[in-house]
Amino acid sequence: MFLQVLLRVLPSSDLWNATLQFAALLLLPALGGVISERSGVVNIAMEGMMLTGAYAGVIIALATNSLLIGVLGAMVCGGLMALVHAIVSINFQADQIVSGIAINIAALGLTNYLLFVQTGGQGIPSLKDYLRLPVLSFGPLSNIPFLGPVLLHQNVVFYLAILILLGIHFLLFRTNIGLRIRAVGEHPHAADTAGVNVRLVRYSCVVSSGLLSGLAGAYLSMGVAGIFNSNMTAGIGFIALAAMIFGKWSPWGTAGACLVFGLGEALSTRLQDSGISPNLLSTLPYLLTIIALVGLVGRTAPPAADGVPYEPGTE
Amino acid sequence: MQERTAVAETAERESPYAVEMRDISKAWPGVVANDGVNLSVLKGEIHALVGENGAGKSTLMNILYGLIRPDSGEILINGQRAHISGPRDAIRLGIGMVHQHFMLIPPLTVAENIVLGHEPGHTASVYEAKKARQAILELSRQYGLPIDPDIRVEKLSVGLQQRVEILKVLYRAADILIMDEPTGVLTPQETFELFGVLRGLVAQGKTIIFITHKLREVLELSDNITVLRRGKNAGTLVTKETNQAEIARMMVGREVLLRVNKTAAHPGPVVLHVEDLHAQSDRGLQILNGVSFDVHAGEILGIAGVEGNGQTELVEVLTGMRHATSGKFTLTQISDGKEGETRDITIMNAREERRVGLAHIPEDRRGSGLVLTDSIEDNLILGRQRWPQFSRGGFVLLLRNIAAWANKLIKEFDVRTPSSEAPARSLSGGNQQKIIIAREFSSNPMALIAAQPTRGVDIGAIEFIHRRLIEQRDAGKAVLLVSAELDEIRSLSDRIAVMYEGKIVDIVGDDASEEQLGILMTGGHL
Repeated sequence: MFLQVLLRVLPSSDLWNATLQFAALLLLPALGGVISERSGVVNIAMEGMMLTGAYAGVIIALATNSLLIGVLGAMVCGGLMALVHAIVSINFQADQIVSGIAINIAALGLTNYLLFVQTGGQGIPSLKDYLRLPVLSFGPLSNIPFLGPVLLHQNVVFYLAILILLGIHFLLFRTNIGLRIRAVGEHPHAADTAGVNVRLVRYSCVVSSGLLSGLAGAYLSMGVAGIFNSNMTAGIGFIALAAMIFGKWSPWGTAGACLVFGLGEALSTRLQDSGISPNLLSTLPYLLTIIALVGLVGRTAPPAADGVPYEPGTE
Repeated sequence: MQERTAVAETAERESPYAVEMRDISKAWPGVVANDGVNLSVLKGEIHALVGENGAGKSTLMNILYGLIRPDSGEILINGQRAHISGPRDAIRLGIGMVHQHFMLIPPLTVAENIVLGHEPGHTASVYEAKKARQAILELSRQYGLPIDPDIRVEKLSVGLQQRVEILKVLYRAADILIMDEPTGVLTPQETFELFGVLRGLVAQGKTIIFITHKLREVLELSDNITVLRRGKNAGTLVTKETNQAEIARMMVGREVLLRVNKTAAHPGPVVLHVEDLHAQSDRGLQILNGVSFDVHAGEILGIAGVEGNGQTELVEVLTGMRHATSGKFTLTQISDGKEGETRDITIMNAREERRVGLAHIPEDRRGSGLVLTDSIEDNLILGRQRWPQFSRGGFVLLLRNIAAWANKLIKEFDVRTPSSEAPARSLSGGNQQKIIIAREFSSNPMALIAAQPTRGVDIGAIEFIHRRLIEQRDAGKAVLLVSAELDEIRSLSDRIAVMYEGKIVDIVGDDASEEQLGILMTGGHL
């Protein structure tokens, strides 16, 4: 029964379109996590930063009546949440996991509160079409069988995500800045003695991860859903975190993981009547991450100084 | 770059000093690291900065390199006042530092490690691997330091890693090199090569300051010496005109016996009998190939040998931390010179061995000797916490007894600490070793195995530990001393057994010369 449904669903372009859509949603915060952790700051607050971005995007777009400002506002708000994490983790050298959890909880509470206060419990109106992130169309090219509907019928943010993926890979591995980021994440003391500004590098990376998560939030509320609902990220931020780990903190690995998890999510909604509970399928990302951490896909090693606060002047 | 004025240029030309640190003070809560310290280093010299652990040498150099800011005092570089607020400033002034614990990033290549922070081109640009490689090969050639720029640092030997550190400093056009305990991690051969490199650098106009506590190297390499003691200047010496004893006296503040006085030994019956021990290393190779020897009551038997010939594994077998694949060893109780019970302890574990009277000062004090995060009190009863005087019924700790015991030992062994409740890790290396020794000696063992007992320990504490070991021997205990420091073996042992490739090749008396021991240590015969 399950196999039958699976075989019927797999070759459908609808499935793969959804896969890529979801993968892009995961990829942005996951890449943010990669950047942050490569510089040595553990960031598990993707969920909170995304949620904040989702809310901010819709509210600002409605207030300014501009799509672009809404998206930028979403990114900035994600960045501000990340800034809090940065100050707490870098300046005060607090436990980075605790800080991340705090931000996730705060974001949920904050967005729910503001939602209630602003609308008197009635919810925000859904966005008009011109305020939504559009799906791009490529004219006649979209008629290419399979590839057309899968690759060329995606939201603008999907293509942005691809560009960002390429950009981050290039930044990390082919530029001087990337060299410094990686050095700071492996051995901040060594980088400090070499003259690298460890604090500046870490701040920049953490805030960048906030910008990316904010953008992902905007994609969710302004692109996919067209509305903001309470707790609409529903754990996607944590799946992105799992993707980062499963992808071994490398941009391309993370992208691969996002594809796999995207497929899992897309499948879980389309296999409703196959006899396998969709809840079981949605545990797939977490299951795969555990497999990765146990070492069944090779060594999983984060940057050596990941999560360790750096105190200048100590050995 | 600072603006050059006529006055500044004159100052620079006229000053013979590369570095002058005047009246430097730095204190942290509870600790005064530097108290009005002065340092003057001439251009083109090799200057040694010497002192015990905690004397303030590393702090002073960290201040010079900008990693720490001083509370007061001033620094002049080449005759001009310098304001050093971070490593970048220091680098700009031509100061480079090679740290004791390497500041290298293992997964990155040699080239990446060397150019980090000063990459070719703009900060915001693409990483130009080719330019970096060329620059390094050029430096390599100029200073005679061959290295492969594209290899990952984690694959290099310790000596080569240090070479990368030196190249890092030269790449930044350092004229003043600070080296912090450079030979601690090197083999004798690598140390010899390093000294050649340093002399070569000085010949090319560099100035070198090196921190060390190895007096022999100070005499061999330096031109002048500054001695620090407890955060203050203790004196300056001209190397040519001084000797080890004088330097040691300045470091510690009193006469230091570099060679311990011992009377002749009066060995009694055999206490520790080791017969034909065989054992395998962690990698499954045969590491002990039939080791046999006896240690008598009232003697110190020293085991000499180049590290890696099985000494570590021998100690592990004898102390119950590794299985012997064949052979045996026994412990005989001696009281009043008369033989008592002999027990085969080959298969006993560490706790049981301690109960029957075999004490052990481990080679790795931080790993196997102490629990660093625990208090000194707790460390002093480690292994004996179930004894009746320390716990009721082996279950409830008698805290007052433990504290009293700890304070007694702290006084007796002169351990420098503000309180017996301080964590063990707050102690200096020498004091940590004293805690281990206090613990082991105070249980009145029959036999004592001391492995590398003074490694990483100050001169003052070394003298103390040596005296205590002789005391144990004079009290009729059997002492087995395993050490890589030949001087220590020759100074303390009554008989010396040389180990080579898992076997005892010969046992000689304490009058054996260094040459004779050298021959035996490399597998030869006398």
